Amino acid sequence: MNDGEPQTPAVLWDDPSISAIRRDMLRFAQLQLRDSGAAEDMVQEALLAAMSNAKSFAGRAALKTWMFAILRNKIVDHIRRASREICGSDLVQTLDEEGHNQDFDALFDQRGFWNRDDRPATWSDPDASFELKEFWAVFDACLNNLPDQIARVYMMREFLEFETGEICRQLGISNGNCWVILHRARMGLRECLENRWFQGGAIS
Amino acid sequence: MKNCREATRLMSEGYERELTLRERFALKMHKMMCIGCTNYGKHMVFLRKATKRLREGGAGSER
Repeated sequence: MNDGEPQTPAVLWDDPSISAIRRDMLRFAQLQLRDSGAAEDMVQEALLAAMSNAKSFAGRAALKTWMFAILRNKIVDHIRRASREICGSDLVQTLDEEGHNQDFDALFDQRGFWNRDDRPATWSDPDASFELKEFWAVFDACLNNLPDQIARVYMMREFLEFETGEICRQLGISNGNCWVILHRARMGLRECLENRWFQGGAIS
Repeated sequence: MKNCREATRLMSEGYERELTLRERFALKMHKMMCIGCTNYGKHMVFLRKATKRLREGGAGSER
């Protein structure tokens, strides 16, 4: 922060809205890392970095977006440092043991077409869900329901925006395996949302 | 002719690599006749939007 000259209103770091942002950051970091200690550290680091670089922001949403960008960078650094933690060979083994898409085979008939009951339904006005915090609770729960390793790859791809190539390299698995994992993640997440949100009567 | 298992896999791979012309054509033909996979494709777009929103902090208690 800058004591030199009074500037346009800086961010008030003890404001209650900041602790709300901090809470959301923590939730996000926990989703990514599945390790509350590491998540806490990442958020702390991100907040420190934010505080020492703070400019003024046109509104809280812009501030929050910026703070999330810092947090994502911290998490990406952390994952790159700790990439050995994720064991690619375990992942591939899981795939092999379970067969390619065995867990989803039940959704399709013998010819590979949707079973009547499993055919994806039409979701009416899905984007309206974005405004409901209940939706985000279900979304979190669905992410948490994914098998750990699969969720990890999906998060790296979709939330931390790693290139697929880098993910595969870090995990030491082939592109093909990477794609299968991402496909499974998307399929599982879609199914979970359909069952628990779009047909669960949560939306009237 | 693609089946749904193949079509869903291709839709996901379409986010990871550029599909060949042949693949895109087969997918399009399949979707024209399959409401399940048409919906599936829309749901994938929705998932993309949701993840973007979440990673930018646009989800949750504070908006």
